[in-house]
Amino acid sequence: MTGRTAPDAAPGARSGWVDEALREHEEHTRAAMSRPATAAPEREQQVLDRIDRARRRRPKVREERITMSHGAGGKATRTLVEAVFLDAFRNPLLEPLEDSAQLHLNGSRVALTTDSYVVSPLFFPGGDIGDLAVNGTVNDLAVSGATPLYLSAGFILEEGFPVADLNRIVASMKAAAAVAGVQVVTGDTKVVQKGKADGCYINTTGLGVMEHDVSLGVATAQPGDAVIVSGTIGDHGVTIMLARGELDIEADIVSDTAAMNGMIADLLGATTGVRALRDATRGGVATILNEVATAANVSVVVTEDAIPVRTEVRGASELLGIDPMYVACEGRLVAVVDGAEADQALAALRAHPLGEQAAIIGHIAEEPPGIVLLKTAFGGTRIVDLLVGDPLPRIC
Amino acid sequence: MRFVDEFRDADKAHALAAKIAGLCEPGRRYKLMEVCGGHTHTIYKHGLEDYLPESVTLVHGPGCPVCVIPMGRVDDAIHLAAQPDVIMTSFGDMMRVPGSHGSFFDAKAEGADIRMVYSPLDSLKIARQNPDKRVVFMAIGFETTTPSTAMTVLRAAAEGLANFSIFCNHVTIIPAIKAILDSPDLRLDGFIGPGHVSTVIGCRPYEFIAREHGKPVVVAGFEPLDILQSIYMLMLQLSEGRSEVENQYTRVVPWDGNLAALKAINEVMELRPYFEWRGLGFISHSAMRMRPAYSAFDAELLFHVPGVRVADPKACQCGEVLKGVLKPWECKVFGTACTPETPIGTCMVSPEGACAAYYNFGRMNRRRVVEVSIS
Repeated sequence: MTGRTAPDAAPGARSGWVDEALREHEEHTRAAMSRPATAAPEREQQVLDRIDRARRRRPKVREERITMSHGAGGKATRTLVEAVFLDAFRNPLLEPLEDSAQLHLNGSRVALTTDSYVVSPLFFPGGDIGDLAVNGTVNDLAVSGATPLYLSAGFILEEGFPVADLNRIVASMKAAAAVAGVQVVTGDTKVVQKGKADGCYINTTGLGVMEHDVSLGVATAQPGDAVIVSGTIGDHGVTIMLARGELDIEADIVSDTAAMNGMIADLLGATTGVRALRDATRGGVATILNEVATAANVSVVVTEDAIPVRTEVRGASELLGIDPMYVACEGRLVAVVDGAEADQALAALRAHPLGEQAAIIGHIAEEPPGIVLLKTAFGGTRIVDLLVGDPLPRIC
Repeated sequence: MRFVDEFRDADKAHALAAKIAGLCEPGRRYKLMEVCGGHTHTIYKHGLEDYLPESVTLVHGPGCPVCVIPMGRVDDAIHLAAQPDVIMTSFGDMMRVPGSHGSFFDAKAEGADIRMVYSPLDSLKIARQNPDKRVVFMAIGFETTTPSTAMTVLRAAAEGLANFSIFCNHVTIIPAIKAILDSPDLRLDGFIGPGHVSTVIGCRPYEFIAREHGKPVVVAGFEPLDILQSIYMLMLQLSEGRSEVENQYTRVVPWDGNLAALKAINEVMELRPYFEWRGLGFISHSAMRMRPAYSAFDAELLFHVPGVRVADPKACQCGEVLKGVLKPWECKVFGTACTPETPIGTCMVSPEGACAAYYNFGRMNRRRVVEVSIS
């Protein structure tokens, strides 16, 4: 039935990166290709090793322009941050790429972080851009082990934006700051022409002090450690997706946006076994686990059945063809804790209202390094990798 | 969660796996092809291969809608999208598919108005809301998605919508399966038939595979237990020396298909004389185009479409992967030059593509990993 009747292909001009990638690839594989042929399992392992080496190469931004993937929190974001920002600003404080930088000022340790908020819609079930802008930055400080104290707030407003909406946003910022025990002490306002922004963007910078004598970091994870999440995952992301109203799906869920500094203080007070804390925002829990695996060169083994996911979130994710593991949370903690202290840590989290549904979802193992493994509910095993860009829905 | 968890029951899976192992003849190797990319995705996502004996290998077939779109068609679509008064709409899977000058995502970053939709009816909505723009729907997919495109055109015609058209890339599954059966470099023992396509075309079109080629076919659902059960049904046929078409997915697939859907397709579309498939080359009567009666909705007639054929990068072996001749990791550029971040071939783009599924979910030494996860 197949007939190759059509004319031969025109030599298509191709964008440069394909040729470049192929050239690069040839250099890397020339040595490997010259080796004698081996049996299939060994050959597969050789390919896996080759990929591992390729993944450790210096990241390079190949696109000519910024695409939405660069902001999605996955591989493209990481490449952009490492190849552009880290490359230019490189210094020992920035290099760990943790949620906040830890500085020594006149003998005291302080933590500094910044975050911009561009959520759409601005108002959604369970919160709005205002409390998000406070909670997100407070959480970035808290997961570093710092006590959040002061925030700055920068507003970029679009011409024509209703003042009533701005008042509503500021009121919820005020309320969120009161709950978190922080003050907004400086700020900035810019207005841009209609169409140059989407209503209201907010940037907040946070300053906190390191009161606990802890040095947290994902690179310190060790085989035998437990991996804990503080509650159901994916609530925020799915709420936002449904709130956009494009999907004609309704579900009774609200964003999990919350300041976690109180819960984290309780956790750090209850055990000295905490090695790393992260808030699972863009890219979700899966992205955090990959950061742990890469930074500590260990394997993270998680059990699908143990991960708390609301039925509504699971249902919506199934329909949309996305995985809750990659969906953003705004008030959920991922903790890596010494295995011997795991039960204590879990109890401390569960004693706090935000952590009632905390669960141990897995552990750290030695092999295979740099990889997150999921034991599926079905009883199989698979990898949980970083996403490239936005979770794309499947079409059939 | 009801209607999902029942089909992911690990105990039932263990029982089926034992039955499958019991049907394996010592020394015999079994190669089964899952035709549909949705099955490939399920197999990797749930780690289903952990349940199979070493002598049973799954070969990933050509049924991934975006994987079979050749570079030239992507270039054509981007050319349409770049017209100043055009809003291009497409499914999310299409956004990253590389043409010779980049993907929809890149074209979007350069200023083209390209929007992701979940249904062609959403494109229709966009057309209604933007009467001063021309809205084009990049229609892709097998018989699964063709009826919804056809219904959308019928709706647009009924409304008299003048600013909506289809860039039709719908393909049909049977010619692709024929191409694979005619391919000299591949020996398969049986087929896991595509479930969603079969909801539309039914099970009869596969009968030639059993009758003329002597290979069993089991049409399967998309939950992991569906696939495991269909593997069991194939192994049972093989052990009994039968080659028949069987339907595992009876809760969704009627034997004769969906006549209303087929009627809608036939009303709006007709077969093209030939169509280029990525990696498989030109296949006769393997794709759909708009019928002359609906030419007012045919973007290929309304716009100037360059239609330049673009050769795949030489190192790309998508064709071999689509035919199941190569395993994804056996491709020369797999995972090094070609990754989900910078895909050279289409199989690395869609979550249903064999390469993307292997890279994202299965990139591990299964034997070593099983030891780890048990400990």
